Amino acid sequence: MRKVTIHPTMSAAVADIPDGASIMIPGFGPGTPWNLLRALWDQGARELTLITNTIGFPATDDRLRTVGNFVEDGRVKKLYSSFTASTRPSREGVGERLVREGKMESELVPQGTLAERIRAGGAGIPAFYTPAATGTLLAEGKEAREFGGREYLLEHAIFADYAFIRAHRADEVGNLLYRRAARNYNPIMATAATHTIAEVEEHVLPIGAFDPDHIHTPGIHVESLVQIPTDGFFAVSRELTIGATPAPATT
Amino acid sequence: MTSTTERVRLTREQMGAVIAQRFEHRWIVNLGIGIPTLASSFVLPDQEITFTSENGVIGYGGLAPDGLEDPDVVNAGVQHVVLEQGAAIIHHADSFGLIRRGLVDVTCLGAYEVAADGSFANWKLADDGHPELGGIGGAMDLAACAKQIFVAMEHVTRDGSPRLLEQCTLPVTAPRGVKLVVTDIAVVSIDDQGFVLEEHAPGWTLEEIQELTAAPLRASDSLRPIGI
Repeated sequence: MRKVTIHPTMSAAVADIPDGASIMIPGFGPGTPWNLLRALWDQGARELTLITNTIGFPATDDRLRTVGNFVEDGRVKKLYSSFTASTRPSREGVGERLVREGKMESELVPQGTLAERIRAGGAGIPAFYTPAATGTLLAEGKEAREFGGREYLLEHAIFADYAFIRAHRADEVGNLLYRRAARNYNPIMATAATHTIAEVEEHVLPIGAFDPDHIHTPGIHVESLVQIPTDGFFAVSRELTIGATPAPATT
Repeated sequence: MTSTTERVRLTREQMGAVIAQRFEHRWIVNLGIGIPTLASSFVLPDQEITFTSENGVIGYGGLAPDGLEDPDVVNAGVQHVVLEQGAAIIHHADSFGLIRRGLVDVTCLGAYEVAADGSFANWKLADDGHPELGGIGGAMDLAACAKQIFVAMEHVTRDGSPRLLEQCTLPVTAPRGVKLVVTDIAVVSIDDQGFVLEEHAPGWTLEEIQELTAAPLRASDSLRPIGI
């Protein structure tokens, strides 16, 4: 079994990411790779394509950067997300003005379709049919087909250059475990990128520490790891992020 | 019908409790962001409800008490909830696989508008020529694939306009499927002829509720006050 690269710092982990890269960003509250995002912010890469659940409002805590921060700073060329605009009448979302001015592209994707497009990307399936969004504005321009008397829309796989992963535990081979609902997009994004980089909460364990029956993401999908330090600037713990990403409200 | 009882508007928590009363035994329930998330705090153990959230939690209960939140256990609204004994966690694609395959008995969602044909709108505030701007989350998947849809919303907008309409004016989340609407003054079901008033908030008459509803509202044979 091959050992994966273990970067000495968050900065080293993101150093080679070029302008124009496409990056999968997991997280639904928990499971967000806060430290890799913050390091990428310092590194300064632009013209990014980001694939993520929600654009989110920009973070004000200096240790945290959301996708909203990257968008607001004009670093995002294209965004795939299930929330691309504010759902409150009183508060315009960060990316809306940029999209209306033609400075950023966005693809608004229903969340299940987004998850399946990522899974398909990681599973070598170029396209698939789903009933989500039939009969809505989002169906316009899409190929539709009937199966069993019901209409479905054709959707295409998404595959990225990089995936930033937030893992609870890892071993030297890159096998990963996630904790509770921090799992969300992590396992599928880990399979759907050329370079999968995981920031790891607990101490990276030696080869053989994991029971083969109890692995969420096999190391075969993982290119590199970086340990989250226990203190210092990049030690964004789970506890810090309680309340950091409130959900958008519909009504 | 006349009433001399003081007119009461339900609080968000009370609306959550009303929704919870409507769950049938052993249902698998999905709760969307907003008022629906409150329902998980009001089910009774003998209802044997399984709450599943779109972010992959199968089996959670009410909101976690302050100071006892597990940072990694959240519902669709990213609120910290308590895991039930026997809970399981799955990833995002498997979570929507479970939804898409029809395992969810009811999805409870917020909305801006609900129409008499069972369509509803909750992802975009205006048809502005930018379909790539909006907030869908899991609503379209849930609306297309859950066995039925309950909506929880205020009966009128902040400026007093009806939200129960003949047709949605905003881009729809789904063209059909809403079976029940719980508002702060009424419980309204939808059948193939349109809106039926099932329950009214204390002090409200059918006529008063009809005035705030922009489509015909028929009285149910068993019209009664909301039990709170």
